[in-house]
Amino acid sequence: MNSILRAVAAIGRSAISVLRVAGDLAIFAVTGVINILLPPYYPRLVLRALFTMGFLSLPVVALTAIFAGMVIALQSYTGFARFSAQSATASIVVLSVTRELGPVLAGLMMSGRAGAAMAAELGTMRVTDQIDALTTLNTNPMKYLVAPRLLAGVIAMPLLVIVADILGVLGGFIVATVKLGFVPASYIHNTFIMLTTEDVVSGLAKAAVFGFVIALSGCYHGYRSRGGAEGVGSATTSAVVMASVLILALDYGMTEIFFSR
Amino acid sequence: MSASPPTGLPKIRVRGLRKAFGAKQVLDGIDLDVMPGTSMVVIGGSGTGKSVLIKCILGLIEPDAGSIEIDGVDLLTAGRSIRNAARSEIGMLFQNGALFDSLTVRQNVAFGLIARRHMGGRLASQRADEVLGQVGLAASVGDLAPSELSGGMQKRVALARAIAANPSIMFFDEPTTGLDPIMGAVIDGLIVDCVRRLGSTAVAITHDMASARRIGDRVAMLHRGRIIWEGPAAELLDSHDPVVDQFTHGRREGPIQMELRR
Repeated sequence: MNSILRAVAAIGRSAISVLRVAGDLAIFAVTGVINILLPPYYPRLVLRALFTMGFLSLPVVALTAIFAGMVIALQSYTGFARFSAQSATASIVVLSVTRELGPVLAGLMMSGRAGAAMAAELGTMRVTDQIDALTTLNTNPMKYLVAPRLLAGVIAMPLLVIVADILGVLGGFIVATVKLGFVPASYIHNTFIMLTTEDVVSGLAKAAVFGFVIALSGCYHGYRSRGGAEGVGSATTSAVVMASVLILALDYGMTEIFFSR
Repeated sequence: MSASPPTGLPKIRVRGLRKAFGAKQVLDGIDLDVMPGTSMVVIGGSGTGKSVLIKCILGLIEPDAGSIEIDGVDLLTAGRSIRNAARSEIGMLFQNGALFDSLTVRQNVAFGLIARRHMGGRLASQRADEVLGQVGLAASVGDLAPSELSGGMQKRVALARAIAANPSIMFFDEPTTGLDPIMGAVIDGLIVDCVRRLGSTAVAITHDMASARRIGDRVAMLHRGRIIWEGPAAELLDSHDPVVDQFTHGRREGPIQMELRR
C-alpha cells in the first residue's frame, strides 16, 4: 500500500513540477514580449544577436538544406518510379522543402547551435552574478538580455529559412539533373508550377514561431540556471531538448492550421 | 550588544527581516542600523545568510517579512519609482567581481554611468578612465577584456564600476576572497579610501577578520539568522561573547557546531 502511495506521490510531484515550469515559462515569455515592445530599446544588442543567430548559423543551415533537398529528390524519384510518376519529383522536393524541411531542419540546427549558446551564455552570467550586477546598475536584465534575443530569433529564422528553401531546391535540382537525368528547364518549370505563395509563407510563419521558441527556450533555461558549471550544462541540454520537442509539436499544430481544410 | 549604537536617523535600517528557502529559515528577524558615513561589517559563518541579507536590501531577493528603510523610506512598501531611485544610490562590489565578459574593462566601468546617470558614451569613457586611475589601474587597462586580468585587477575594476557613479551607499560582498594577503590589504585600503572620499555609507560582509577590522567602523555578527552581537570594530577580538570569540579566533571547540557529513 505504501509503495502505491509513494508512486502516486511521485507522479503528483512530477506533474506539479511540469505545471510549475510551464507556468513560469509562460510568464517569462509574456514578460519578454512586453520588454520587446516597451522602451528603452537596445538596437545594437538586437543586431549583435541577429549576427550571432542568423549570419553565423548560415553555413550549418545551408549544408543541412542542400543535403535534405538532395535526399528528398533521390527518395521521391525511387519511390515514385514504382508508380511511373517520377515527373512529380520536382514538385515533391519544392513542397517538402518550403513547407516542412526548411523551417524544421533550420529550427533544429538553430536550437542546437544558437539556443544552446544562449543558454550557456546567460547561464554563465547567472552563476557568476553578472545578471544580478545588471540589476544593481539600474538595468532590467529581461530587457537587456532576453528581449533582444527573442526579437532576433523571430527575425533571423525566416531569413535563414529563405536561404534554406533556395538551397534545398537547388540540392534537389542538382541530383535530379546530374544523377537522375531530368532536363533542367523542365525540372525548373515543374518546380514553379506547383509552388504557391501559401507554401512559402506558411514555412516562413513557422520559422518565425520556431525562432521565438528557440530564443525563449535558450534564454529561459540560461536565466533560470543554478548551481555552477553543472547547472549551466544542464540548462544548455534542457534548452536544446525543449526547443526541439516544441518545434516538432508546433510544426504539427501549425500544419493543421494551414493545410487541413 | 557590547556597545551602545550611535544615535540619529540611520542611513539603512533593517527591522524583523525574515527569509526562508523551503524549510530552511536563513534570516530569522534581522535588526540592523547603519549610520550615515559609517562602515558596517557583517561577519558570520558560511551559509548563515550574509549574502541573502545584502541581496534583500538590493532587491535581488524578496524577503518574507520585515522592513528595509533607506533614509527613512521603506523599500518593501514604497512605489517602484521611489524604490528604484533609492537603489540607484547603491554601489555593489560582488564577491567574484561579476564583470560583464562581453564588454571591455572601460565599458564595464562606464556601464553604470550610462544606465544610471544617463551620461553620454564619450563622457562616460573619460570618467571610467579617471575612476580606473583612482583604483590604481592605467587607462590602457580599459581596452582589455575582463578575462585578460588577474583576480586582483578584476576586483579593482569591479570596485571602479561600483564607485563610478558616486553612490551614497556601498555594499561589498567578500571583497578579499580569493586574493593573497597583500592584495587583500590593497583592496581593503582602496575600499576605505573610496568610502571616505565619497562620504558613503558602507556595508561589507566577510569571513576575513583582518579585512573586517580594516574596513569596518562597526561589526555585526550574524548567527542562526539573527544579529547576535554588534559593536565597534576595535572590540571585535575582545567581545566577551562566546560565539563571536569562537568565530573570530577560529576555534574548533565552542558554541558553534559545524555540520559535518561523515
